[in-house]
Amino acid sequence: MTTTLTVPTITQAPRLPAIQQSLTLAWRNVVKIRHQPEALMDVSLQPIIFTVLFVFVFGGAIAGDWHDYLTYLVPGILVQTLMFATQGIGVALNNDIAKGVFDRFRSLPIARSAPLVGAVLADVVRFVTSIGVLLAFTAALGFRTTQGFASAALAVLVAIGFAMSLSWVFVWIGLTVRSAGAVQGVGFLATFPLTFGSTALVSADTLPGWLAAFTRNNPVTHVIDTVRGLLLGGPVAEPLLWTAGWSALLLAVFVPLAMRAYRRRV
Amino acid sequence: MTSDSPVIEATGLTLSYGTTRALDGVDLTVPAGTVLGVLGPNGAGKTTAVRVLSTLLRPDAGTARVAGFDVLADPQQVRRRIGLTGQYASVDEDLTGSQNLAMIGRLLGLPRAAARARAAELLAGFSLTDAAERSAKTYSGGMRRRLDLAASLVGRPQVLFLDEPTTGLDPRSRTEVWDVVRRLVADGTSVLLTTQYLEEADELADDIVVFDTGRVVAHGTSDELKHRTGAQTLTVRPRDRADTPTVLQVIEQVTGAVPTLDGHGTASVPVRSETVLGTVLDLLTTQGIALSELAVRLPSLDEVFLALTGHATQTEKEPVS
Repeated sequence: MTTTLTVPTITQAPRLPAIQQSLTLAWRNVVKIRHQPEALMDVSLQPIIFTVLFVFVFGGAIAGDWHDYLTYLVPGILVQTLMFATQGIGVALNNDIAKGVFDRFRSLPIARSAPLVGAVLADVVRFVTSIGVLLAFTAALGFRTTQGFASAALAVLVAIGFAMSLSWVFVWIGLTVRSAGAVQGVGFLATFPLTFGSTALVSADTLPGWLAAFTRNNPVTHVIDTVRGLLLGGPVAEPLLWTAGWSALLLAVFVPLAMRAYRRRV
Repeated sequence: MTSDSPVIEATGLTLSYGTTRALDGVDLTVPAGTVLGVLGPNGAGKTTAVRVLSTLLRPDAGTARVAGFDVLADPQQVRRRIGLTGQYASVDEDLTGSQNLAMIGRLLGLPRAAARARAAELLAGFSLTDAAERSAKTYSGGMRRRLDLAASLVGRPQVLFLDEPTTGLDPRSRTEVWDVVRRLVADGTSVLLTTQYLEEADELADDIVVFDTGRVVAHGTSDELKHRTGAQTLTVRPRDRADTPTVLQVIEQVTGAVPTLDGHGTASVPVRSETVLGTVLDLLTTQGIALSELAVRLPSLDEVFLALTGHATQTEKEPVS
């Protein structure tokens, strides 16, 4: 071996460093998905399983006719599967820390936020997969949007935007909790009441008073109502405003918490 | 920073995890272009010291400058000048060797083509070209360690931290890593290396500090440390076994101690200084005795470590009573 490996030099700071570094680390996560397509199994199967379960098992009992229920259900399942998809990030970050990959990142002259932002950005691939599978599967069952393509695209964007804000909660949990298994435990505890206590499966009007009050003020309900309005018609402005507000609140609280946990995590 | 000022200078580093003092007032100095070997058993604080110096951990007390910058005040400046290879390979197992290195190049601001070229150059330098497009999880232990070393060199660091770089490697892979470290030092890189292997510190390090329970218990070159315990051994073997009685007699006369004799006809006796060597040689030569071996042997670093800390180097191997 005759090549000179390293004549020591000082690394120059790149222009717009934080953005480029976040994109590079998002690329890393996307490459990992490409190497292991089975990593997308959960987000591909979940929308199908939930749809089959609710439409065919409960649909007749809830709505009398599974076809009508399918129409009501798709916006709910769309948001619900994204809620479950956001948890993966906590497990992935926890693994990165356990394997020492984050030690390397932390020793590099890069923006502190880049590994976390990169992971959140890469999860868009999971969200798009989940939504794509759901819409294709339910379209085959007869689901049709009524508000046109642009409105449907906006619905997808709103749902993904909320999911990216919610991701920071799981980034924080993933950096705080000791093991990947614990991340999943905490994640499911938080996600179940929020998704099932929303308008995903049934209208709030059918619920007892106290639960209806919870459901009407549940952020997930606002997201689902927005998506439902954009896909099938109905009021959009008010739930959209609530969704934006909740997303902003999640970011304002959990981005700083996650960054602090990242700096501290040994 | 002038070229003769140390690249690492740490004073009074202290760090506790709960009630455990991982570092208890550690002072370290690494002159530019040299290798400092940090030697000690598991839990002595070696890794914690590396993590503080590479800006991953904040000490509770003490100061450290690396490559001319304070690790607490200017961590980003320090990170531009260091490379870190952890105790376990911290490459991404799901990425290929080439992708791992190119990613780091991109993170350091290299344009895409330059990052790929740098990756290819390092892979070639570490004999990994054939495995470049395979995911790192298919690599052998030695290959993974070489890739990890390569990853810490993408940014051409002035100071390289190697935290137990050969732990768990087979002897051949270990020698390969040693060769790489020697080449890096020849190119002007300064190295701080932690190890549990005394042989490794002996092979690579200009200076050695010995850690035990978060403190530096000894400091010096390998030879200085070996001299410190004072237990040297004079060994003499005559070419002709018939001369053995004369040899024993001369040794006893010079050293005042009764030598022991092993099955190969080698007489040995503990001595305080190697100056006895000349006297013994003179006396034996005047009596016309031909020798096949004459030496003053320093103790091994293992023996030194035991003498300095009162326990053996690899504590986990001691039987639990």
